[in-house]
Amino acid sequence: MSTTDTQAPAADQPEAAEEKPNFMRLFGRYLTEANSVMVTIYSLLLAFLIGAILLIVSDEYVRSTYTYFFARPQDALTASWYLVRDSYIALFEGAILNLNMLDRFAAGNAEFGDLLRPLSETLTYATPLIFTGLAVGLAFRAGLFNIGAQGQMIFGMLGALIIGFGLSLPAVIHLPLAIIAGAIAGAAFGAVPGLLKATTGAHEVISSIMLNNIAALFLVWAIGTDFLHSETKTDLITKPVDETAVMPKLLSGLSESLRVNWALPLGILAAVFTWWLLSRSTFGFRIRAVGFNEHASATAGMRIGSTYTTTMAVAGGLAGLAGAALSLGVGSAGLTTNTALEYGFDGITVALLGRANPGGIVAAALLFGALKAGALSAQPDVPVDISTLLQAIIVLFIAAPALVKAILHLRTPRGGLVTLEAKGW
Amino acid sequence: MAVKPFKMALAGFSAVGLAALAACGEAPSENGSGDNADASFLACMVTDSGGVDDKSFNESSWAGMEAAAEENSDIKVELKESSSETDYDPNLQATVDDGCNFIVGVGGLMTENVNAVATENPDIAFATVDGFSEVENVYSIQFDTAQSAFLAGYVAASQTKTGTVATWGGIQIPPVTIFMDGFAEGIKKHNEDKGTDVQLLGWDVEAQTGTFVNTFEDAAAGKSTSDTFITQGADILFPVAGPAGIGALTAASENEDVTAIWVDTDGYESTEYGAELITSAEKGLETALKDSVLAAYDAANGGEAITGSYVGTLANGGVSLAPFHDFDAAVSDETKAELDALTQQIIDGTLVVESAASPKAQ
Repeated sequence: MSTTDTQAPAADQPEAAEEKPNFMRLFGRYLTEANSVMVTIYSLLLAFLIGAILLIVSDEYVRSTYTYFFARPQDALTASWYLVRDSYIALFEGAILNLNMLDRFAAGNAEFGDLLRPLSETLTYATPLIFTGLAVGLAFRAGLFNIGAQGQMIFGMLGALIIGFGLSLPAVIHLPLAIIAGAIAGAAFGAVPGLLKATTGAHEVISSIMLNNIAALFLVWAIGTDFLHSETKTDLITKPVDETAVMPKLLSGLSESLRVNWALPLGILAAVFTWWLLSRSTFGFRIRAVGFNEHASATAGMRIGSTYTTTMAVAGGLAGLAGAALSLGVGSAGLTTNTALEYGFDGITVALLGRANPGGIVAAALLFGALKAGALSAQPDVPVDISTLLQAIIVLFIAAPALVKAILHLRTPRGGLVTLEAKGW
Repeated sequence: MAVKPFKMALAGFSAVGLAALAACGEAPSENGSGDNADASFLACMVTDSGGVDDKSFNESSWAGMEAAAEENSDIKVELKESSSETDYDPNLQATVDDGCNFIVGVGGLMTENVNAVATENPDIAFATVDGFSEVENVYSIQFDTAQSAFLAGYVAASQTKTGTVATWGGIQIPPVTIFMDGFAEGIKKHNEDKGTDVQLLGWDVEAQTGTFVNTFEDAAAGKSTSDTFITQGADILFPVAGPAGIGALTAASENEDVTAIWVDTDGYESTEYGAELITSAEKGLETALKDSVLAAYDAANGGEAITGSYVGTLANGGVSLAPFHDFDAAVSDETKAELDALTQQIIDGTLVVESAASPKAQ
């Protein structure tokens, strides 16, 4: 009875305050409580569980074994088990460590660099997400919902690209200049919805969505112009950036195929900067105050409008850095209309999962980078859409903690459920 | 009153169980699955950003790969999709790690990435579709679709009643503009030889500028572009835009006097709008891919290595003009004879169809 006590919902048993709170008991309580840490963990577990069910349902062979479930149930059960197990192992191998490659390395047929390739891919795909996640997360803290990271990133891409091929400078100046150009371009584009909100009251969600479309179409047009278009290719692709503006690879000493580059440390730096900005600077205090209660902040003498504009500009600058990371990194051979992928929109999910907190955002970006790298490498045994699917389910649960609480019958923590919300409607 | 979690789970399982009552079929006898699991030769394909269900060149290429596996049970095929060009490198690297014997990169933009991986892995055979490579172990598969589009343009010029035809593209890339160039040249040829004055809307060969909807997916955008051309007097539409081109066919089906010409595949069979289609400018990706996989298999089993390049032309049947189907009676015997003569001239080289996007010859 003593073990079930800790797990059973407390609803029909009033809190036994007189009992001594030992560690195990407190830990058990923590596990069964819908606090933000446990909701995040349970969201991940539930997402992988639902992902497993969808894998089973979508596999033709496994589905066929269910048509004679009662004649030979072991077929369906073993097939399902192997499918789910192999799929998740394949994701792991693509994202963290390839066991097959480990065998080859042990036998002397592979180099150490080959072993690191999955990790390098994870970090490569996580890098732009760190920046866009921060761009969305920072705005969250000011009570702004920045849907416009995609467009800000596109302008950052273009800004970095133009400096990247347009000037010839030594690498020490060229690369930093191109990165700054990306940040400035993103900041300028990001400031627009902030300015519109401050001056006209236009809602930033609407204006930043519209600006995304403008940016995407602008990109298609810009790539086609003589100024940007590749001189050697007729496809819709831009000129490459100069060698001096390319982000150096971090681990090229081990193997050239390790794509992770200096944009990653830059991303970590950006996360530290965002943390400092939010929790240590006066500006960050203003952001949080406005986010908490704009009317009270206004009464206290803070200028709300300029806080909105500056916050959106800084957020845009962070998203612009994601663009610079792409232009000068994996996309340095030339940008196409696809290079930006959906990193800006994925930044929203990253910020939600990271609960708008710089450390959390880096962790969430790493998780999503791992999912993307894993899914890419696990093809064709695992459908490539599995990573998008898992991301979507994770965010669904994160955004609705009440759902997780209801499914797993968790207890309500003191102070209620924590739901991240952007205000302003 | 809270329900215990396991009760909930129990309810869930019984629901699944009830659903499974339908699953009372008989168990099949044990046998292997039909995907050539024990094959000795692994042929792999990496798509470009369109994905494998693009109703265009990724899909046709994959169909060719699967056809090869169908024909030879010792060949297994594997597919990796890319969502942007930043996925090309890891995907190509993964096919190498998977132990693929023949690796196909689809799309001209991937050629450089294929070259880099091929140089590092000289023992593996590679191929690039719609791109040209000079690396020894990379086989280039290209199509001179200007030739089939030329014939399509000639037919269009002979069939128009308003004296105006129109073309528009998905995105301005060589595999698209080559069709538009050929189409324009075909119309020009008809004007010169027959003294007609057929106008082409949507593409200017000299300036290499024209109308593009900037998407291969959005059929609604294709329809509105087509409607605009129809109001400008065009009665034959030549959309070069994959699935977005369907918009031209819906526009044609709504206007009695308007018809269309399809690209890549025989639209009479691949679309639902056969009644609107005079003909199609075909590109034989499926056959070319199938043949190259089979050739690579032979090479790996002691045959001759596949090197150099393949350019699909009218001469080798790699590109062609599809049958007229419902319009067979509408196209005059005179035009048909002229088309045969033009085909012959192109094959023997007395007539050269030029396009800025033509494949580089080996």
